[in-house]
Amino acid sequence: MDVTVAWYLTLGAVLFTLGAVGLLVRRNPLVMFMCVELMLNAVNLTFVSLGDALGDLGGQVSVFFVLVVAAAEVVVGLGIIVAIMRRRSGATVDDLSVLRG
Amino acid sequence: MDAAVFIVSAVIVLSGAFGVLLARNPVHAALFLVQSVFGVAVLFLLLDATFLAAVQVIVYAGAIVILFLFVIMLLGVDRAEDLDVEPIAGQRPLAVVIGAGILGTTLSALLVAVGGPTGAPATNAPLGDAGDNAQRLGEALFTDHVFAVELTALLLTVAVVGAVVLVRRLAGPLQPLPVAAAAPETQGEADTPDEGEGA
Repeated sequence: MDVTVAWYLTLGAVLFTLGAVGLLVRRNPLVMFMCVELMLNAVNLTFVSLGDALGDLGGQVSVFFVLVVAAAEVVVGLGIIVAIMRRRSGATVDDLSVLRG
Repeated sequence: MDAAVFIVSAVIVLSGAFGVLLARNPVHAALFLVQSVFGVAVLFLLLDATFLAAVQVIVYAGAIVILFLFVIMLLGVDRAEDLDVEPIAGQRPLAVVIGAGILGTTLSALLVAVGGPTGAPATNAPLGDAGDNAQRLGEALFTDHVFAVELTALLLTVAVVGAVVLVRRLAGPLQPLPVAAAAPETQGEADTPDEGEGA
């Protein structure tokens, strides 16, 4: 049985969907961030597998930049969560509907 | 052999993703995220992307998840979330419907792309084998994409500065965030607990 690119793409789509559903269902902002990471992982898998199928290194270059952006996003997002949680302990995203400090 | 490795790591990836989705405790969700990320790293190895597999383990499992765990410990938010209550009526069925829609569109788009109109093999950056993957990736990054690499350096610097500014303690007690449902008169000075240590 040969592993074709369609297997990887299917897995990537399923993983992306799981991340998206988690983002919609969960209320803890930290877990929502983890679901975003799952979605980014799914996209990375898609990039690498399509790059492999087309014989192009561009997919892996894109994944490199996605990784950097994910790291920066996590740093800023967790900073925001820390700043919020310090003022209102145990806040879920449903409590944070006012955009002013 | 490849199929066996793919199936095992796909099961690891998907069970980790379900764990993140369903774990009540944020610490457990973070550990399930590590499991999922490791599975993706194995798939990268299967695709001969050795450098990215190493970076995946180092950056995701070693830096990002540890950062999550640091924040969980720092804030003490590791209480289990009650998943039985549904705060917004119809949120979960709607989420499942939207998820099915996302799955359908992404699956059809991706599978049509295989051998489709975008399937022209590129020739400008040939893909090496597993042995010289890191060398080829480095050459591509620092010749064709050198400007973008410099921009990511700037992006990371901005992110670090932004994080420092965000979590910096200002002088004086912290004001509680305004609650959307609260009336304005409840936000007076009398009932603000002094949470911060001050300057």
